[in-house]
Amino acid sequence: MARLRGAALPLLVLALLAAAPFLGFGAGHALTLLARGMILGIAALGLWLLVGGAGLVSLGHAAMLGIGAYAVVVLDAAGISEAAVVLPAAMGAAALFALLTGAIAIGTSGVHFIMITLAFAQMAFFTTGSLSAYGGDDGYTLYGRTTVLGARWPEDRLAFHYLCLGLLAAVLALCQVLLASRFGRVLRAAKENAERVQAVGFNPYPYRLVAYTIAGGIAGLAGLLLANATEFVAPSFLAWQRSGDLLFMVILGGLGAPHGAILGALAIVLLEEWLAGFTEHWRLIFGPLLVLAVLFLRGGLAGLPGQLRGLLRRG
Amino acid sequence: MTIQLLLVQALNGLQLGVLLFLVAAGLTLVFGVMDFINLAHGVQYMLGAYLGASLAALTGSFWWALLLALPAALAIGLLLEWLVFRHLYDRDHLSQVLATFGVILFLNQAVKAVWGTAPLQMPVPDLLSGGISLMPGLQYPVYRLAILVAGLAIALLLWLLVERTRAGALVRAGASNRPMLAALGIDTGRLFMLVFGFGAMLAGFAGVMAAPILSVEPGMGDTVLILAFVVIVIGGIGSVRGAFLAALLVGLIETLGRSLMPDLMRIFLAPAPARQAGAALASMLVYVAMAAILAFRPRGLFPARGG
Repeated sequence: MARLRGAALPLLVLALLAAAPFLGFGAGHALTLLARGMILGIAALGLWLLVGGAGLVSLGHAAMLGIGAYAVVVLDAAGISEAAVVLPAAMGAAALFALLTGAIAIGTSGVHFIMITLAFAQMAFFTTGSLSAYGGDDGYTLYGRTTVLGARWPEDRLAFHYLCLGLLAAVLALCQVLLASRFGRVLRAAKENAERVQAVGFNPYPYRLVAYTIAGGIAGLAGLLLANATEFVAPSFLAWQRSGDLLFMVILGGLGAPHGAILGALAIVLLEEWLAGFTEHWRLIFGPLLVLAVLFLRGGLAGLPGQLRGLLRRG
Repeated sequence: MTIQLLLVQALNGLQLGVLLFLVAAGLTLVFGVMDFINLAHGVQYMLGAYLGASLAALTGSFWWALLLALPAALAIGLLLEWLVFRHLYDRDHLSQVLATFGVILFLNQAVKAVWGTAPLQMPVPDLLSGGISLMPGLQYPVYRLAILVAGLAIALLLWLLVERTRAGALVRAGASNRPMLAALGIDTGRLFMLVFGFGAMLAGFAGVMAAPILSVEPGMGDTVLILAFVVIVIGGIGSVRGAFLAALLVGLIETLGRSLMPDLMRIFLAPAPARQAGAALASMLVYVAMAAILAFRPRGLFPARGG
């Protein structure tokens, strides 16, 4: 029963996203917004694997997303837009960056890990700003979107919506499978108590490095999608504020379960848009809302149903 | 690159360093003593600059502005502590990060709503205007020297306060073992408030002092916040001495890197790519230094927490 209940919320969210184009969200603008939410949701899922799964709080996740996007740019400038090339390049480049920087960063812990991941992301950020062949600070407008085996169907908004949704569901499933596996159990155990994990004969380091690399690859996928959604890539993709945004999506969504990351990403993207419709000073409302969410939503959005049930039972 | 130019850049670097120290000192104490990550510390600096600039315009005097901005910065810091931060001390770091980020969003936007998005200017006071000749062929603005001197004086004062007074001893004890301090019957709530208000005032002071030489604009606190975090991590969390040395180091690396790197790159590259690669490398240098220091000393140069 508890297991069913745990699966109900993510399935409901995915079903709502699938039905959204027919529930009044079928207009161009609404679809763009939802695609953005789902793409950032994919990146946030990868980050959730680190924060919620392995207890590694990274403030450099946007770098991996940006490297995926810049892989699209480099291939686009070379005249290659075939997904069979672009996809492995984007995911591979981001995963490789994660592997190399993670090998150093995972030696530290806590706030030092936060800062060293930030440092590597800033290095990547300033590097992309100096790539004059790809627009430097001004960014790069893609000649064309990624094609799948030569076909151009992802250019259709509705097709792209379902492509993002399918990948989102696949990444969510991957996270859940990983978490339930032996690998995931070692990760979670090391998050709770690294000394005990070592005492029973596991070294957490390689497990954490693999998780960091997988999260990097997932972010690279999100970067590829984001570059396609906006048809424009700029160094701001890698800015530390965006890493912060991803982290806030994960925290707001809740660390209890991976689908929290999706809820957090959708909530932040939609809330920003909704509030911006009222006033240009929408952050005056959004900021205090974040504070209130921290003070009163202890389990994040994913923990909300449980919290409500608790209230009803007591009341 | 002449020796004069190098000296000017070194002085500029030290001056950026003391400003960073003023912001980082509050941050490292709050972090070290209360184990509280306050991202909103950067906006305290920004508010100091805005208060300074608008009070200077109102009173027509830099000195009145400085005198009035400090208690105002203190009051805002204490108000934020009472409204938000105090409820977060016993929460995990992630909650603190998210909530204080909410405070940043609110205050950045509030500043835009009140003062507009155009940068404000604050005039240099008459007493400290003009330049001074440090050596033949080397003119340096008096005001920048004044920042350096004021920053060093405050660093000394802070050192005396932390190392030589009872309150300082409590702060150091809190940074090294907080539960033990509470167990000994110290009212940690009051200590936290004191440290917090003091840190907010120092950041506000840095903002007022920086206002005449920088443009006062929304978001100016974010850049300083990140550099201040770099400083406290390099210096070792909770250590005022570490923050001081790391702040000067970061200030020098940042300033000298920007002026030297493009020339250095010209040895290997053609002028145009050298300028670009040099600028990118210069911006990266601080982070490269931090990553290198953390890779070899994962707890910073002067860690305060024992064991």
